[in-house]
Amino acid sequence: MIMADSSNGAPGTSVTVATPGRELDEFENPGLPPHRPRLADRDRRAEKRAERQVALLFFISVLGTLLFFAGYFFVPLDQSVERLRLQNLMLGLGTAFSMLGIGVGIVHWAKTLMPDHEVTESRHEIRPERDRQDAEKIVNDVLDESGIKRRPLIRNTLLGAALLAPLPAIAIFRDLGPLPGNSLKQTMWDTGVRLTRDPSGTPIRASDVTIGSAFHVIPEGLNEIENKLEEKAKAVVLLMRLDPEELNPSPGRENWGYDGIVAYSKICTHVGCPVALYEQQTHHLLCPCHQSTFDLEQECKVIFGPAARPLPQLPIEVDDEGYLVASSDFQEPVGPSFWERG
Amino acid sequence: MSSSTATQSYVPKTRVGKVTDYVDSRVGGSGIIKEFGRKIFPDHWTFMFGEVALYTFIILLLTGTFLTFFYDPSMAETHYEGSYLPLRGVEMSVAYASSLDISFDIRGGLFMRQIHHWAALLFAASVAVHMLRVFFTGAFRRPREFNWVVGCTLVILSLAAGFTGYSLPDDLLSGNGLRIIDGVMKALPVVGTYLSFFLFGGEFPGTMIIGRLYVLHILLIPAVILLMIGVHLFMVVLHKHAQFPGPGRTNTNVVGYPVGPVYAAKAGGFFFIVFGVLAAIAAAFTINPIWNYGPYDPSPVSAGTQPDWYIGWVDGALRLMPGTIGNFDFEFMIPFPWGVNALSLNVLVPALVPATIVFALMFTWPWIEAWVTKDKREHHLLNRPRNAPTRTAVGVAGVVFYCVLWAAASSDLIATHFLVSLNDVTYWLRFLVFFGPVIAFMVTRRIALALQRKDREIALHGRETGRIVRLPHGEFIEVHEPVDDYKRYKLVSFDSPEVMVPTADANGKVSLLDKVHGRASRFFFEDRVAPVTPKELAASHGDHHDEIAGAKDRESIASH
Repeated sequence: MIMADSSNGAPGTSVTVATPGRELDEFENPGLPPHRPRLADRDRRAEKRAERQVALLFFISVLGTLLFFAGYFFVPLDQSVERLRLQNLMLGLGTAFSMLGIGVGIVHWAKTLMPDHEVTESRHEIRPERDRQDAEKIVNDVLDESGIKRRPLIRNTLLGAALLAPLPAIAIFRDLGPLPGNSLKQTMWDTGVRLTRDPSGTPIRASDVTIGSAFHVIPEGLNEIENKLEEKAKAVVLLMRLDPEELNPSPGRENWGYDGIVAYSKICTHVGCPVALYEQQTHHLLCPCHQSTFDLEQECKVIFGPAARPLPQLPIEVDDEGYLVASSDFQEPVGPSFWERG
Repeated sequence: MSSSTATQSYVPKTRVGKVTDYVDSRVGGSGIIKEFGRKIFPDHWTFMFGEVALYTFIILLLTGTFLTFFYDPSMAETHYEGSYLPLRGVEMSVAYASSLDISFDIRGGLFMRQIHHWAALLFAASVAVHMLRVFFTGAFRRPREFNWVVGCTLVILSLAAGFTGYSLPDDLLSGNGLRIIDGVMKALPVVGTYLSFFLFGGEFPGTMIIGRLYVLHILLIPAVILLMIGVHLFMVVLHKHAQFPGPGRTNTNVVGYPVGPVYAAKAGGFFFIVFGVLAAIAAAFTINPIWNYGPYDPSPVSAGTQPDWYIGWVDGALRLMPGTIGNFDFEFMIPFPWGVNALSLNVLVPALVPATIVFALMFTWPWIEAWVTKDKREHHLLNRPRNAPTRTAVGVAGVVFYCVLWAAASSDLIATHFLVSLNDVTYWLRFLVFFGPVIAFMVTRRIALALQRKDREIALHGRETGRIVRLPHGEFIEVHEPVDDYKRYKLVSFDSPEVMVPTADANGKVSLLDKVHGRASRFFFEDRVAPVTPKELAASHGDHHDEIAGAKDRESIASH
């Protein structure tokens, strides 16, 4: 609507309501308001004052740089966090003053002492239409001379070649990693592997696990193997003892625990965070990442949050020496779901 | 050569003249000075957000380069021997150990780490706020649509830069973040497991991921960002900066300050101010104290953790999605002839759907709006957000949608800080993620329309002065002070498109597309406040004369 003509940029034209035609239903652009001089434009003393303020700001910057060097050279680090904090503070404040002094100084200079008359410049067409016509002609001529439209054999073979040619660039990334194979479906747990404390690796007797207690568990021998973190990412287990009355094992899982001691995978079935929080009173396990909540009394069924599957249970028993051992590996893959999980 | 005769005819006398002559007669350059030396840039405080983004990016390059001199992206096992006593002798990756060394044993290293991380947060924030400014003022309209798309790409790139950098210290916090990425990736149908194995070089966590993220973080992503910034700024020069409407400003001119000296000084000085503010924050506020978290280990996790703010909304979405509703399971087991495959919609939906909706709308908005308005004109005058009520409402709805998801990433902290049930917080946020944007849309549109009405009122009758005057015949009135031509022009100079009613073709039929367009047009422009016209203004002044008795008194008071 306000597509006014270029003359509207000129200052001094006032609102007229009676001009005929289009102007009747829109206001005319009154042009730039008159320039208002700043204090420093009118008063020599204000000008001098502004000049001194700018110089003072630049001087503050010098002090800031000195503060940086004071922190760098005269605060030796001595293994205490307090010293490090002090040095960081001095380096940071030094840099801050050094930069702000220059920055605020320059902006103050620009705002008080440099000319503040607004200037009008006219816009031009982004590209003249003539250029567009020329470009169209050139492209058409180039296409014509190349003969790509007239020679479909050339066009189609080129198309085929160009489609195939990038494929090696994708295929060459094949060796970024091995194929998954069965690795996500099995863990270090196996018949007779002892349950040991995380991270020390000391084995756990059934008698150590009192009612209400919880243990973070890794398989025996984990700390000694090569790919420790990868195995640990699948094998970590939470061990808890409840009153056997409170557990409700489903048919076939009655002997997966031992006298109220049960072991569940610690890896959340949502996206794989460790389910590290155990609410002793309610027997709920809570994942601190996305708050999936699992109920121990219902075989770790999901009772809240984004996980969809119960935590897999590790069948356990007690060996001759009274230590807790796994009866087998998990009966299903642990951790987040994946396409091939089935 | 012809140029030799040219240099002979012009003999520079000043020192500057001699330097420019020397340079220009060899490699050129006077053209650049002629183009930019006095180029006019319009001035408005909202135009600084893009500058902040550019400057934080420069600071990121500077501090990041420093960090690369000391950081070692290796995941080989080592035992820490540095100055931080609580972690002495602990087994960890070389990457984590070198991050600790940067913090404790390289003077200024901690400061550089802190300023780098704060600058990254501010970079993403300023890119986002800059984008909101462009959206709400309609600066994406023709001819700037392509530059809007470049900007959207830069938003995604800044998220990618932030995330790849976040994981590099290989501490417990970022390691758990990577594990979440791994979990989300594995949920992708068919290719998910393979993608995960290729990215991590085998099973999670493997020994490859940090090095690979490092290359992305310091080489590939910054290079693409730099390229995009180049294209972005090139187009800004090509289009010339848009300006807010106002007296003296038209669609065919640019009003502002010349680059030399005012704009260069202000913009250049502003770089130092941004740097200084970041340095002050890095001096006083700890960010990401990696020594508190310990090395990555798949077993421990800390409660109350959150990702950096720009990734928070995706994490929040992951939290809000229920795994099951009643007996309905969002994880599907699909039987195929070769066996059963798992499709985890409880992971895929929150990880992909909100981001897809937001980014799809963002990228296509200039064309959506142009289709609704059928407006093919060039626009160099910005809108005040109130003067485009529906667009503004859509934008605010988007912001609210984003903020609800972002708040959801802190659901546990909200629960513990305000002593409310975690489950209730989640239920409320689930409600708000759907209805919050709708409420925000309606409220914003009403506010925008109300502000437009207020503008009309001021343009017609002037400002309320708060001065109550009793007229001789007993009536009390509040004196209104009329606005001057310049202020009034600011209030009345805007477009107010009207609803476009679909027209029937020769057979008397209205095509489906036209019908949809008519609906969309009604949705956008049914409620509208038209700008005051000179006629209305004249009429409102006329009122005073033929109204009730006492009009004369009022006139005399108002003109005081």
